Amino acid sequence: MSDITREDVAHLARLARLAVTDDELDVFSGQLDAILDTVGRVSEIDDDVPPTSHVAPITNVLRADEHIPSLDREAALAGAPAAEEGRFRVPRILGEEL
Amino acid sequence: MTSIVEAAPYTVEEVVERFDPVMGLEVHVELNTATKMFCGCRNEFGAEPNTNVCPVCLGLPGSLPRVNARAVESAVLIGLALNCSVRERSGFARKNYFYPDMPKNFQISQYEDPIVFDGYLDVPLDDGTTWRVDIERAHMEEDTGKSLHMGGATGRIHGADYSLLDYNRAGVPLIEIVTRPIEGAGVRAPEVARAYVSALRDVIKGLGVSDVRMDQGSMRCDANVSLKPKGTAEFGTRTETKNVNSLRSVERAVRYEMGRHAGVLLSGGTITQETRHFDEQSGTTSAGRPKETFADYRFFPEPDLVPIEPSDDWVEQLRAGLPERPWERRARIQTDWGLSDEELRDLVNADALDLVADTVDAGAPPESARSWWVAYLAQEANTSGVALTELAITPEQVARVITLVSEGTLTNKLARQVVDGVLAGEGSPDDVVAGRGLAVVSDDSALTAAVDEALAAQPDVVQKIRDGKTKAAGAIVGAVMKATRGQADAARVQSLVLERVAAGS
Repeated sequence: MSDITREDVAHLARLARLAVTDDELDVFSGQLDAILDTVGRVSEIDDDVPPTSHVAPITNVLRADEHIPSLDREAALAGAPAAEEGRFRVPRILGEEL
Repeated sequence: MTSIVEAAPYTVEEVVERFDPVMGLEVHVELNTATKMFCGCRNEFGAEPNTNVCPVCLGLPGSLPRVNARAVESAVLIGLALNCSVRERSGFARKNYFYPDMPKNFQISQYEDPIVFDGYLDVPLDDGTTWRVDIERAHMEEDTGKSLHMGGATGRIHGADYSLLDYNRAGVPLIEIVTRPIEGAGVRAPEVARAYVSALRDVIKGLGVSDVRMDQGSMRCDANVSLKPKGTAEFGTRTETKNVNSLRSVERAVRYEMGRHAGVLLSGGTITQETRHFDEQSGTTSAGRPKETFADYRFFPEPDLVPIEPSDDWVEQLRAGLPERPWERRARIQTDWGLSDEELRDLVNADALDLVADTVDAGAPPESARSWWVAYLAQEANTSGVALTELAITPEQVARVITLVSEGTLTNKLARQVVDGVLAGEGSPDDVVAGRGLAVVSDDSALTAAVDEALAAQPDVVQKIRDGKTKAAGAIVGAVMKATRGQADAARVQSLVLERVAAGS
């Protein structure tokens, strides 16, 4: 049994910028506990098995250091909610957290 | 009510009576590749905002990163130069955080398996001794965008109303080089920190993989400092000082933090683990944001990039091509060229060492090569307001001019005109000689005619020479030099004058 607390869920939610209700804290802590327990079974395997974060037997996929045309600035900024002086405009950075 | 002012920091000498300082230095180096780490946008400093951006470095949905081969090569070169092992299999990881300078909301970095690890750098100190700094790792990652904070009084993030983002720098290849804890430096800790960053800068500059300009941010240092009571083993709480963007600041920041920590600890306080911001003006640090704990970054393997497995052959090939250590090279050059300490220092300070060395490699004697670069060319660079390295003349061209002088084709005076011509874009030294008709007149019949003409014009001088006053010949030599627009060898003219006067008597 893992011990994912309501506080852990709230902390993770804040890191992921997710709004989680009080009720959901209980739901998710229970669900995350179950998930961690299941995944935790991996640690029962002998630890001489190499990790497989990539399953395809491919390595060294590299690109030559050559220029590929960039986007026009207008196109780059077109999808932004706000732009100013050729730059992306974002809301105040400090103070947006709790 | 007065504001709370921190107690006056202790001097380093006072600090080390009670404490041992421990440092950890993290240096970020921007590589000078043509393109970014994971996309083909240009990696250039000073471009118009958001003109070097694409779906990959803007983090647009569906875009996929591709690794820049030259950046991997540069990372391995840096590792080898720092005596590191190269990892057989190395991968990328996502470092997750929300901050507008990274539009993907994560930075691609390396986590458990950095490309190079376990090295060291023997750092020359001011007194001629060396200090070994152990390197824990160096890994590849991408730089962030640049923020402009608007509103508020200071242009700082505190008090700003909103911010403007330029993502030209987002995705530029970065190598982060992390030391192991540097212990035992005592009163020399600030000097060791500065000397390490300086040596690292020289080594990387020698590799040619980065501009390593601290003033432009292509080399940045974060200095971690903590104190532990003398003789104890356990490290104290550390602070990480950022924005340390000159060698002098590295030394000052470490000195200031040592003194500040001692002040807090000796008055019974505790050090808060936090990021601190160095202020160049005052030489002090101020609290920044409390550091996120490492787990909060939730690193996980980057699913869009497969591992890197550098082959042994390739690594050995890179190792074989490593340049000499800059300070070893300087010592060798000093001996080879027979320079005094001061002469060597002048060359280094004038940024002329490489230029002179290349000129010597192109066949010129060290003495003349040095003289051209530190005297005439340095003056020309100064006059036209450009760096010596940016003058429009190559070491090979300077070497050619020196050869033309030693062969007798040019006098020193003519040589300067040839150099002027090259700088003015008239082509190679030989082009300028031909174009301006500058070669020394070595044709004796032409010279003899000029001498005879001058003698005929000044019969009184001829008489003086006949009377044994050979010094008077100078007037005739001057006239001939003038007639040939300086393109004659004065010594040759002198002997011709004497010959002709003798022949005419």
